[in-house]
Amino acid sequence: MSTLIDGLSLGSIYALIALGYTMVYGIAKMLNFAHGDVIMVGAYAILSTIALLGSPIAAIVVAILVCTVLGIFIEKLAYKPLRGASPLAVLITAIGVSYFLQSVAQLIYGAKSQPVTIGNFGSVAVGDTKISLAAIITLAAGAVIMSALTLFIKKTKMGRAMLAVSEDRGAAQLMGINVNKVITVTFAIGSALAAFASTFYLMQIPSTSPTLGAMPGIKAFTAAVIGGIGSIPGAMIGGMLLGIIEKISLSIPVLAPYTTALEFSLLILILLVKPTGLLGKLKREKV
Amino acid sequence: MLKIENLEVNYGMIKAIKGVSFEVNQGEVIALIGANGAGKTTILHTITGLVAAKAGKIEFEGQDLLKIPAHKIVGMGMAHVPEGRRIFQELTVYENLKLGAFIVNDKKRIEKNLEYVYAHFPRLKERKNQIAGTLSGGEQQMLAMGRALMSNPKIILMDEPSMGLSPILVSEIFQIIKEVSADGTTVLLVEQNAKKALAIADRAYVLETGNIALSGDAKELMNDENIKKAYLGE
Repeated sequence: MSTLIDGLSLGSIYALIALGYTMVYGIAKMLNFAHGDVIMVGAYAILSTIALLGSPIAAIVVAILVCTVLGIFIEKLAYKPLRGASPLAVLITAIGVSYFLQSVAQLIYGAKSQPVTIGNFGSVAVGDTKISLAAIITLAAGAVIMSALTLFIKKTKMGRAMLAVSEDRGAAQLMGINVNKVITVTFAIGSALAAFASTFYLMQIPSTSPTLGAMPGIKAFTAAVIGGIGSIPGAMIGGMLLGIIEKISLSIPVLAPYTTALEFSLLILILLVKPTGLLGKLKREKV
Repeated sequence: MLKIENLEVNYGMIKAIKGVSFEVNQGEVIALIGANGAGKTTILHTITGLVAAKAGKIEFEGQDLLKIPAHKIVGMGMAHVPEGRRIFQELTVYENLKLGAFIVNDKKRIEKNLEYVYAHFPRLKERKNQIAGTLSGGEQQMLAMGRALMSNPKIILMDEPSMGLSPILVSEIFQIIKEVSADGTTVLLVEQNAKKALAIADRAYVLETGNIALSGDAKELMNDENIKKAYLGE
C-alpha cells in the first residue's frame, strides 16, 4: 500500500515533467532536452528564496515565476530563431541550453549538492502501514494540477488553439491562430509544471545540485515516450507507470539495484511492441 | 477585391509560379483550373501566407497581403479551404467549427454563423459531437467548408473541393458553393474538375506549369476547342 502511494507520488512528479516534454513536442515539434534543467533552476530558486525570506510558500511561488520566465526566454532566444531549421540543429541547441543552465548553476552555487528543506512532513498511519505525508501531498496536488491542465486545454480558446497547432500548424494559421504565441504559452505552461515538479521532488529528496534535473528529466522523457510523445494523457499514464514500477522494484531487494535498467528496458519493450507509445498515434506524413 | 500581380514563387531551386497575374472582383466566382502540378495550390497558399512569395504583389482590398502574417489574413475577411481539407481530425465537428470562428469574439455572431453553417450542411449538425476524423470524405469536405464560413469571410478560397468524392457528392458540394456565392461571398475556386468548375464560375484562368495560359469568360472557355481537348476530355 505505502509502496503504491509512493509510486503514484513519484509518478506524479514524472508525469508533471513528462507533460512539459510532450506538450512542447506536440506543439513546437521539438525535443526540449533543456527541460530537465528547468527543474534544477526551480530547485535553486526554492533554495535561494528560503535562504532569503524563510518562507517555503514564497519559495514555491518564486520558483514558478522563475521557471515560467526562464521557459519563455529559452524559447525566444534559443529556439525561435531556429524555427524551420533542421530538427537536428534544434536538438543540438537544446542540449547546448541544457549544459549552459547547468554551468550557470555551478558558477553561482558551486558543484556540491546543498540541502533544501521545504518542510517536515512526517507520515500518517493508516492501519498498520505508515504513509509519507509528502507523498500524499504530491499525489493530491499532482492530480489537481493535471486536472486543471486538462480542463484548460479542453475548455479554453487557447487550449483549443494548442490542440489545433499540434495537429496541423498550417491549418491552425488559416483559422487565425498565432502559432508563435501558442508556442510561447506552451513553454510557459511546461516550465511552470517543471517548477511544481521541483517542489515535489525537494519534498521527497531535500537536496539540490547543478545536475539535479538530469535523471528525473531523462526518466520523465522516457515516461513521455512510453505514453506516446505528443499525447497529454499519455504523458500522465507513462509517468504514473514509471513511478510505480520504480518504487515497486526498489522495494524488492533482488531487483532494487537494477531499477533504472528495468525502467529503460520497459521503454525498449514498449517501443518494440508499439513504436508510437501507449497512446501515441501514427501520423500520416503530409506530402 | 483581390489582385495578384506578377507573382513568382520558388520551392528551393524550382520555379513553381513564374509571374502569374489575375484578379477577383467582388461577388464573382472565379475558377483557377489546370493539371496536377500546374501551381494552383501554391498560389492559394501564397495568398493566405502559408508559402512565401519570391516576387510580385498580392493586393486584397488595397492591402499588401505579402506583408501580413498568415494568422492575420483570415481576420481581414479571407477564408481558405485547403487542399486535402485539413480538418482537425482528433477534434469533434463542433470543435472544428468553433476553431473556424477563432477570430470572432462576439458570441452571438458565432451562434449565428453556426446556424448558417448548419443550415447549409444539415449533416454537420447531426454529427456535431462526432470526432472529425471518423467522418466520410464528403462530410469532411463539408466540415472544411463550414469551418471556413464560420469566420464570416468576404472571400473564400477553395482548393479542390471535389477531390476524391463521388459524382453525387461533387454535385452536392458545387451546389453549396453556388449558394454561398448567392449569399454574397466571393469565391476563388481551384479545381482539376474543369467541367464542374467552369459550369459555376463567372470567369476562369487556366494555369499551365506556373503560367496563366488562358483566361476569360467561363462559358466561352467551356466552348474553347483547346480547353475541351485538354481539360474537358471531349
